[in-house]
Amino acid sequence: MGKFDNHGLKAISPLGGHEPRVDAFTGLLIREVADRALASLAARQGQEEAVKSAAASYLGGALPAPASWSEAGVYAAWWMGPDLWMVSAPHDSHELMAGDLKQAVGDAGSVVEQTDGWCRFDIEGPRCFDVLERLCNANVRAGKAGDATRTSMEHLGVFLLCQEPGQKYAVIGPRSSAGSLHHALVAAAKSVI
Amino acid sequence: MTDAVMNAGRVAFQADGSTGARKGVQVNRLDGGLIKGSKALTFTFDGKSYKGFEGDTLASALLANGVRLMGRSFKYHRPRGVLTSGSEEPNALVELRSGGRQEPNTRATVAELYDGLEANSQNRWPSLQHDFMAINDRFSNFLTAGFYYKTFMWPAAFWEKLYEPIIRKAAGLGSISFEADPDAYDKGFLHCDLLVIGAGPTGLMAALTAGRAGAQVIIADEDFLLGGRLNAETFGVGDLTGAAWVEQAQAELAAMPNVRVMPRTTIIGAFDHGIYGAVERVSDHVLAPEAGKPRQILWRIYSKRAMLAAGATERPIAFENNDRPGVMLAGAVRAYANRWAVTPDQTVAVFTNNDDGHRTAADLIAKGVKVTAVIDTRPDAPKVEGAELFAGAQVIDTKGRLGLEWARVRLANGTTRDVPCGALAVSGGWNPNVHLTCHQRGRPAWREDIAAFVPAGELPQNMSVAGAANGDFSTAAALRAGAEGAVAALSELGIETKAGDLPEAEDAPVNVTPFWYVKEGKGRAWLDQQNDVTVKDVKLAHQENFRSVEHLKRYTTLGMATDQGKTSNMGGLAIMAELAGKQIPEVGTTMFRPPYTPVSFGVMAGRSVGEEFRPTRKTPSHKWAEEQGAVFVEVGQWLRAQWFPKAGETHWRQSVDREVLQTRNSVGICDVTTLGKIDVQGKDAAEFLNKIYANAFAKLPVGKVRYGLMLREDGIAYDDGTAARFAEDHFVVTTTTANAVLVYRNMEFARQCLFPDMDVQLISTTEAWAQFAVAGPNARKLLQKVVDPEFDISNEAFPFMGCGEITVAGGCRARLFRISFSGELAYEIAVPTRYGDAMIRKLMEAGEEFGAVPYGTEALGVMRIEKGHAAGNELNGTTSALNLGMGKMVSKKKDCIGNTLSEREGMNQEDALKLVGFKPVNAADPVQAGAHLMNADGEVSAATDQGYITSAAYSPVLGCSIGIGFLKSGDSRKGEVIRAVNPLEGKEIQVEVVSAHFVDPEGERLRG
Repeated sequence: MGKFDNHGLKAISPLGGHEPRVDAFTGLLIREVADRALASLAARQGQEEAVKSAAASYLGGALPAPASWSEAGVYAAWWMGPDLWMVSAPHDSHELMAGDLKQAVGDAGSVVEQTDGWCRFDIEGPRCFDVLERLCNANVRAGKAGDATRTSMEHLGVFLLCQEPGQKYAVIGPRSSAGSLHHALVAAAKSVI
Repeated sequence: MTDAVMNAGRVAFQADGSTGARKGVQVNRLDGGLIKGSKALTFTFDGKSYKGFEGDTLASALLANGVRLMGRSFKYHRPRGVLTSGSEEPNALVELRSGGRQEPNTRATVAELYDGLEANSQNRWPSLQHDFMAINDRFSNFLTAGFYYKTFMWPAAFWEKLYEPIIRKAAGLGSISFEADPDAYDKGFLHCDLLVIGAGPTGLMAALTAGRAGAQVIIADEDFLLGGRLNAETFGVGDLTGAAWVEQAQAELAAMPNVRVMPRTTIIGAFDHGIYGAVERVSDHVLAPEAGKPRQILWRIYSKRAMLAAGATERPIAFENNDRPGVMLAGAVRAYANRWAVTPDQTVAVFTNNDDGHRTAADLIAKGVKVTAVIDTRPDAPKVEGAELFAGAQVIDTKGRLGLEWARVRLANGTTRDVPCGALAVSGGWNPNVHLTCHQRGRPAWREDIAAFVPAGELPQNMSVAGAANGDFSTAAALRAGAEGAVAALSELGIETKAGDLPEAEDAPVNVTPFWYVKEGKGRAWLDQQNDVTVKDVKLAHQENFRSVEHLKRYTTLGMATDQGKTSNMGGLAIMAELAGKQIPEVGTTMFRPPYTPVSFGVMAGRSVGEEFRPTRKTPSHKWAEEQGAVFVEVGQWLRAQWFPKAGETHWRQSVDREVLQTRNSVGICDVTTLGKIDVQGKDAAEFLNKIYANAFAKLPVGKVRYGLMLREDGIAYDDGTAARFAEDHFVVTTTTANAVLVYRNMEFARQCLFPDMDVQLISTTEAWAQFAVAGPNARKLLQKVVDPEFDISNEAFPFMGCGEITVAGGCRARLFRISFSGELAYEIAVPTRYGDAMIRKLMEAGEEFGAVPYGTEALGVMRIEKGHAAGNELNGTTSALNLGMGKMVSKKKDCIGNTLSEREGMNQEDALKLVGFKPVNAADPVQAGAHLMNADGEVSAATDQGYITSAAYSPVLGCSIGIGFLKSGDSRKGEVIRAVNPLEGKEIQVEVVSAHFVDPEGERLRG
């Protein structure tokens, strides 16, 4: 999310600010992330292998297996469901990624822009386990880097991506409820720390 | 080490370095114990100030101060003191704290003492010592089991208004303050290989064994001090005292990163698939929680294996007047002496049927307390050092007004003897704590050698039981069972380990002769002290033919309320068995259900209270709308602007009328982001929409939008909206706000289950796009200022029901739809949500020259009623396409969900309800939604009902109130004057049946 975009409309973050919000606690940072473009990629019927292969060439790496996420260069992707992935890239350089990705996969896949359907909070620091266990039923202490878990926090369906076990996670939830999700994260952090 | 361990508050023997010489600091304080000695804590009970020590419970501190009277009984208001030293306590219930933090019915035996603790007795007036309601005790002959049912039967109408309030006031326990609880409660989720329930010798040994093997272990105990009975007994473990061994074990566990030690944590229930509920009391032992910190946490523990090591509960023996303050369980008296350095009185007698009672006598004597007698029901009772023994004797009565003074004993030789005692320590044997083994309908089995029920049959999935909870009562047996149980549980998980060397410990056998109640005496012998149930009540229930143990419970209330009969159930069963001439196991037990001990509503609710009850969804223009002073309304979880008041407007109607008129006269803007948007792609996308919509979509050209109606399988209409075709294989379906999730779910079900061979992919994009309706004669002119000039949106280039991808504001990608809910020339324009805030500002700025207004959901509603468009009130779960006037939309040329059942005869009758409009004959009359329609003349009754009005509003365009609704054969009754009646409020007006399209019935405006 740049301060000013290349047209007349100024973007705001899911929490409503012109700058992403950061909340710092001892041993934990909660950072609103608004600079990622998102596009969902679904394989068309019978095209599962074709879409994987086309996506791999476009992304520079294989699409992740169920319940996991992966990254290659500027791209990252996580598994969302059978033959369904979310692809992510830096927003400012890839705002139109959905169109490019569709071109890359052609009739083998369906692509939908999802950039602003979601909000994302990265949580970092040694208190991640303690905070996450107040928020969701994912077994984070047994997790490993690369896990992508569909779980719920604050009654909201979210994706939890593990970047470094116990130290760094991304929580991706519905954008319209960013305020509620953020409130839950901060309340849990205050409760624990 | 977890925080829980850091906060465990374990107190070692004289942790403060003092000698433990505290005797006499409070009147009944002894030396030793596991309390911290130097700093006294101040607390109040019924307004009077007392001192105690860290490590005390409220009960132990009161006893130390010579307070035996702690409460009044439920029904008879009898003076009652503490019976136990644990969570099974039936009597010593108090109101803890005050104001919003006041909590009734808390057990003094588990209320950890802190400086400033405030407690009040309950169920008494005006004071605990002088309780007027004790008059009930005089009438006890009338207040036996079933008294209410027999007495208050007539007249029936009196029950709710008169009898019940009086009874509830007279009986009952604590009170609530009606103030909001200021504290927060958390929920949380934990996972482990082995959950150990209870941290006595069994649990600690199991946790040590499993922890050493590297398994993920959680060990939880309801007590703030780990150790269970080791803290209450004088037994050593190996070379150490029991307490020192516990401390060593706890230190070892705390050092293991794979072990989580959770004191002050009650496992409240065993649920499906190895899931356990646990309540951790984080801040109940401090004056107030730290800012932001919860009072309690409700944990959901996912365990691969669980071991119940919950110990056992001592049971009393019933005899006449066995409820006086000072009559206590022997194990509790021993615990108060050994752990809390407190004796309930300076003279104590013991009444027992087993060897355990003798331990109490020995321990008290060792502490310098005078034991006046040991009364043992067994003729062959073992000898006692330092006290008189009455073998084969029974306590037959007691005396003492507000506290025990002496006990009358029937000696083996038939004579009586009055034994002076301020406390009587009673032991009737021990019951394993089988409760959690029964939470999934397991039934315990009787073990004759210990005269108690032990876990049996089908336990909750992956649960094992060890130690006293399994009937192994000695310390050595407990340690062994804990270690071996852990080895076995881990082995099932593929973790192989050995039990290792166990420390030496006492291994006394259980010597008990079942003895449930003393038969001598005509007075009342109390079984369930919490519910005032006596031996006689059980006999009465039997006499009145309540033979099932569950019926006994309901009729007498034995085993109900906060303690769930932990000290009383067994006695009731035994007496029932005796009366029925059955064996105890034939009578069986009542079903134990969660929670194991009472759980506050606060912790059940967690953080989902007040504004955070559910998450809130905000529209992209929310911030801007707030700046305009919009009034918001909750629509599902969304907050939508309802109207935008302007200076000088004093009534919402003024704002709404203005918004409607200005939109119809010039242009208005409304945030419609909340409508569901489902992206549909795939080779078969069009064919798929043909299935889920009643009307045809396959031939919809690219760049066009079509209105569509969805039916349920039963043919009833359930949602409507539009689908826009962006490519041959790409549609965007819109749904109503309320049904966005339902429609998506149904479509996903259809995709996966009904039409799995279709190539179609679905995903929600509701929140990804900020969408605004721009409506009114100046809508196009306004948009032309915003849409980039290379996109021609003239009527010719972009006609009604067109759609396309465009850019706005100099290159921002957007989607434009020419659709109209208001009936005006209208568009919906969508930009990526992050630009929604800027977009509404841009639109308003561009609209300034036209006097553009923002409009809210109220104006939206008025305009759609003026146009006769169906919404939730019309799609109410009972109406079909035919009723809505859309019968012809249900295509006969194709198959779709719901079309077959929509052809049912009953849904296609000649006089079927049809959607029409209503205007009041007298323009000043308000049309009411919900009013029923009756013919102009005749009876007003359900039989003559002609239909009902679903939606009504004041139309500022027509200058009167209008409505739409369903009328029998409505489409052929236009011009007829009928009545709209509201018998509930006694209202009736005349209305004329008109077309539902009040404004621009030909639809010229929206095509212009």
